[in-house]
Amino acid sequence: MAKLVLSMDGLVLKEITLNKERTTIGRKPHNDIQIDNLAVSGEHAVIVTILNDSFLEDLGSTNGTMVNGETIKKHFLQHNDVVELGKYKLKYLNESAGATKPPHDFEKTMVLRPDAPAPAPAPAQEAPLMPPMNLSASQAMPTLGTASGRPLSESQTLRLTTSQPVALAQAHAANPAPAAQALTPGGKGPVAAVQILSGPALGRELELTKALTTLGKTGSQVAVITKRPQGYFITHVEGDRFPLVNGKALDAQAHPLNDHDIIELAGVKMEFFFKS
Amino acid sequence: MDLSQALEVAVCTDAGMVRSHNEDSIAADPARGVVVLADGMGGYNAGEVASGIATTVIAAELQRAIEAEVQGESNPDGALVQRLLAEQIAKANNQIFQEAQTQPQYAGMGTTLVAAMFHNNKVTVAHIGDSRMYRLRGEQLQQITRDHSLLQEQIDSGMITPEQAKFSQNKNLVTRALGIDPLADPEIHSFDTHAGDIYLLCSDGLNDMVSDEDIAMTVQTLSANLRLAAQQLVQMANDNGGRDNISVILVRIVRDYATQRGWFDRLFGWIR
Repeated sequence: MAKLVLSMDGLVLKEITLNKERTTIGRKPHNDIQIDNLAVSGEHAVIVTILNDSFLEDLGSTNGTMVNGETIKKHFLQHNDVVELGKYKLKYLNESAGATKPPHDFEKTMVLRPDAPAPAPAPAQEAPLMPPMNLSASQAMPTLGTASGRPLSESQTLRLTTSQPVALAQAHAANPAPAAQALTPGGKGPVAAVQILSGPALGRELELTKALTTLGKTGSQVAVITKRPQGYFITHVEGDRFPLVNGKALDAQAHPLNDHDIIELAGVKMEFFFKS
Repeated sequence: MDLSQALEVAVCTDAGMVRSHNEDSIAADPARGVVVLADGMGGYNAGEVASGIATTVIAAELQRAIEAEVQGESNPDGALVQRLLAEQIAKANNQIFQEAQTQPQYAGMGTTLVAAMFHNNKVTVAHIGDSRMYRLRGEQLQQITRDHSLLQEQIDSGMITPEQAKFSQNKNLVTRALGIDPLADPEIHSFDTHAGDIYLLCSDGLNDMVSDEDIAMTVQTLSANLRLAAQQLVQMANDNGGRDNISVILVRIVRDYATQRGWFDRLFGWIR
């Protein structure tokens, strides 16, 4: 479960677990996180937590709310975000975002059902691997923007934005989000290029920065070089003739490329090499 | 009507890098223009059972039902295919639900579904949950189905942007599934197809790990070799972590496949 660490001048004051649908922050004593400082408004901000996601919203505070140095109105909190209210800092930690869970916990799909019977108030994190139907966490999901109104309770009721009550069937809690790198194409590691060694484009160099780079002529002979975490590979795509690497014809399988390999394709020779 | 000359189909499914077994199921019948993909859920092997029932029942029964209905005379229009598709989905739903009710080890199992039927220069697609269909037309990759998921509802309500959604921790919550209730609730639509279109059906194991831009680039770049494109998509998902099972079906519209007009239509056309 996500938590906030409240600190001032590097001194940790408090740890707050985000186990409520709404966690309010402000100077007045009725707030869940009370910060008794005149720079903080009476009702300064609220954090809305929906299962494993938390959203921070400034409630029109006088001095504003900053996240990682930028003033925000609404913000979708990410692991290690630092929220600042005046001199106070709140660090957002979401352990489930780390890849620390055992493999079977990864990203199991669950069903949210609007018509299930009243759910038992068990936190999602404690759901067993194969739960009975409708067990699970009920939590509330108000729309951001309704600042007040709904009473808070420990056993919260999960709502969809359509405000139907919803229960989880097939619950499975831990679902670390793919890291941002999961969305970046190809792998890391050294960048390679091919240089044309024959034909009219002699000397031209093509950097292989994309996950896929095609070579050849559409309709006659095409090969693709794929950039993967473990290196570069060449694969035949279309045409009757297969490309040659160091004089040997490829088969239908992907073939790993090594520094200074010579590729022959559609009558053109080129050299594959790693840059720098 | 045999569509194997009009459609080129490539499939690929993989357990991924983390899961020990594959709970996805796929079925493709290019001659009949039917492709089905399901992403099962439930403990032990119940997920496979649910998704397996879904693909088998729908793929096998759909074309049979259509043939029985039209008796080879009239061309199946969108409305008819939609109705028959809904009926087959109801049948599959019922079977999964019954199994789950009667066999304790299958209790609570369910599956997502995306099923497409190509007919008369159209595609009718049904989906439940977060398995998707995309269409690549020219340079543009478009998501045709809209997930039945908590995240999609949050996006729709303006709570988070599609950009932020990539970082959500609530990716895997579907709001609809096949086999968890006595009645299924599929969303079914029909679209015109163009020669050259490529349709992609996939489980969330692909689109959670590979961005839409990379999917578009891959399908477009490797469109000359559909099988390689399918394998490449799975490989990219695995290279990015492969946290879930990955299934991909690619369908290319090679040429038009308008149905011969039946005597009934011809008669009407002539009278008019």
